Amino acid sequence: MQALYAQLLVGLINGSFYALLSLGLAVIFGMLNIINFAHGALYMMGAFCAYFLLSIGGIGYWWALLLAPIIVGIFGMVLERTMLQWIAGLDHLYGLLLTFGLALIIQGVFQNFFGSSGLPYAIPDQLRGGMNLGFMFLPVYRGWVVIFSLVVCIATWFLIERTRLGAYLRAATENPTLVRAFGINVPRMITLTYGLGVGLAALAGVLSAPINQVRPLMGENIIIVVFAVVVIGGMGSIMGSIITGFALGVVEGLTKYFYPEASNTVVFVLMVLVLLVKPTGLTGRAA
Amino acid sequence: MKSRFIASLLLGTALTFAAGSIAFAGDKTVKIGALSDQSGLYADLGGPGSTLAAQMAIEDSGLTAKGWKIDVISGDHQNKPDIGTSIARQWFDVEKVDVIVDVPNSGVALAVNNVVKEKNGVYINSGAATSDLSNAQCSPNTVHWTYDTYMLAHTTGQALVKAGGSTWFFLTADYAFGAALERDTTAVVTANGGKVIGGVKHPLNTSDFSSFLLQAQSSGAKVIGLANAGGDTTNTIKQAAEFGINKGGQKLAALLLFLTDVKSIGLDIAQGLNFTETFYWDMNDQTRAFSERFAKRMKNAAPPTMVQAGVYAGLSHYFKALDALGENPHDGVKVVDKMKSIPTEDALFGKGEIQPNGRTIHTAYLFEVKKPSESKGPWDLYKLVGSVPGDQAFTPLDKSACALLKK
Repeated sequence: MQALYAQLLVGLINGSFYALLSLGLAVIFGMLNIINFAHGALYMMGAFCAYFLLSIGGIGYWWALLLAPIIVGIFGMVLERTMLQWIAGLDHLYGLLLTFGLALIIQGVFQNFFGSSGLPYAIPDQLRGGMNLGFMFLPVYRGWVVIFSLVVCIATWFLIERTRLGAYLRAATENPTLVRAFGINVPRMITLTYGLGVGLAALAGVLSAPINQVRPLMGENIIIVVFAVVVIGGMGSIMGSIITGFALGVVEGLTKYFYPEASNTVVFVLMVLVLLVKPTGLTGRAA
Repeated sequence: MKSRFIASLLLGTALTFAAGSIAFAGDKTVKIGALSDQSGLYADLGGPGSTLAAQMAIEDSGLTAKGWKIDVISGDHQNKPDIGTSIARQWFDVEKVDVIVDVPNSGVALAVNNVVKEKNGVYINSGAATSDLSNAQCSPNTVHWTYDTYMLAHTTGQALVKAGGSTWFFLTADYAFGAALERDTTAVVTANGGKVIGGVKHPLNTSDFSSFLLQAQSSGAKVIGLANAGGDTTNTIKQAAEFGINKGGQKLAALLLFLTDVKSIGLDIAQGLNFTETFYWDMNDQTRAFSERFAKRMKNAAPPTMVQAGVYAGLSHYFKALDALGENPHDGVKVVDKMKSIPTEDALFGKGEIQPNGRTIHTAYLFEVKKPSESKGPWDLYKLVGSVPGDQAFTPLDKSACALLKK
């Protein structure tokens, strides 16, 4: 029974990464209508950015949490301005193909320079060690990841659903022409939104760097799971992606306990089941 | 009538000779196919470095000066047996490749083994670990060079059981390699009076091992055996440190660890780990000289891993066999037989031999990862703690299940 609790907690920790990443995807899809396949590559860039900040500039983890999302976010905005905006009005498929290509290029470049086995990034001193919860040994860092990502997820949800800026954003996606008529710079808002989504991916990358190796292919596997999360949660639904992210982490953790061989596929089985019963996802609305 | 008869006789004789010369043509051309994981989790330990090692073996063989024409091509099997076999087939059929080298990933290696046998090519495997390559699935066309699961189990595994690691829990990569390594290590553990109390199989290329580590932790086993490799092993070791597994008194047994893995984990976390390799760049003047030449040509200035060293040494021995034959008969079994008849000796692995089952035996070394304070350079990572002679480290011939031995 103790082991079961431990697996639940570990699932929640992985769920934090899924939630942060799927949140970024949902924001980008909800606002820009782009299925951002480059998300995994941008997540990887976040981790690499933290590594560079430390190894070249001597800038540690805490500043990396702030700086890496900004740097990668700016990179994302450049991508949006130079490429994505030209396909804004087209079918989803074009965005998907373009970002998929971008992901392959970014990963390829990093792999060319840094190989595949990865670079070490240590856990910051303040978050080292762990505590005995009775049923498991919880590394402090993992506990921090859960709390920090929960805060970020809720803040993002609040920003989009409860603030004036968020209201503009949502309005701009519903009817850009009308919003522009009110004197609001819609293209700039879209660029900033993409930057925000990318920044969230990079943030997840920084959080993940001390746990996983900083590897060029670190985003390749996780992105597929995260897409499944977004689909199950309902494309574009902010709250849906947060809740599903955490929930699927837990489901995956439990599968690793009861039948480890299926742990890589359980998310997709769930996705198929959800799509069969409710094609718009758990919290999604029909378009 | 008579002249037509003579003409057809002459034509017939000419055709027979022509056909004969196609089938048995010995010439001085060789084509090498370096088949590896070029972009995935094993790319750094084999990959482009293995192609470079093959290139260096050609240059150092001295055969080109004797009029030989030797080329090397490379391919990416992406850790998928179907892709590996289709590349191998295409290489034999279209590119006229004579020898396939490297091939990490046991699943791919065993699949390619069948293709090479069918096409009567030469297969010098350096990257794959499964001991089946020279046992149940041995082939007259195959030489298994660098290491195998039997050797890993009988060196690292045995050393740990003797040091008091009596109960084991396995974390196993869920494919041919993991299964073979777990099987061989289990045999060693039980033979030495230890006990395997549990295990968990994880999918290849997993990033999060916390669930599996928790299970290993709660099992209470004294040793957690890692029957995985590459990125899977580095992630496991890193996360095991995070979960305080070493501090809790359990010992990690990295049954297979490569130079690039240790580099990637960092000495802070990897220090003190015991493991086995058959080659380390900093062993003696010869290995250092080779490694220096190699690193100069590698993009990240990395010295060779044991897999890459094995590609070099295996091919060098292959060239010796060709030199002794005087030509390339393009007949895999014939060349491999010749390779087996010559004792192996090279700068990287020292003296050894290729056994009739295709297994190359040479000394295996037990290493320990240095403390950060002991390391004097970016690649100064290991210290030697012991060595096991080849005939004790690898499968004894009387225990080998290879059908070639039953002739």
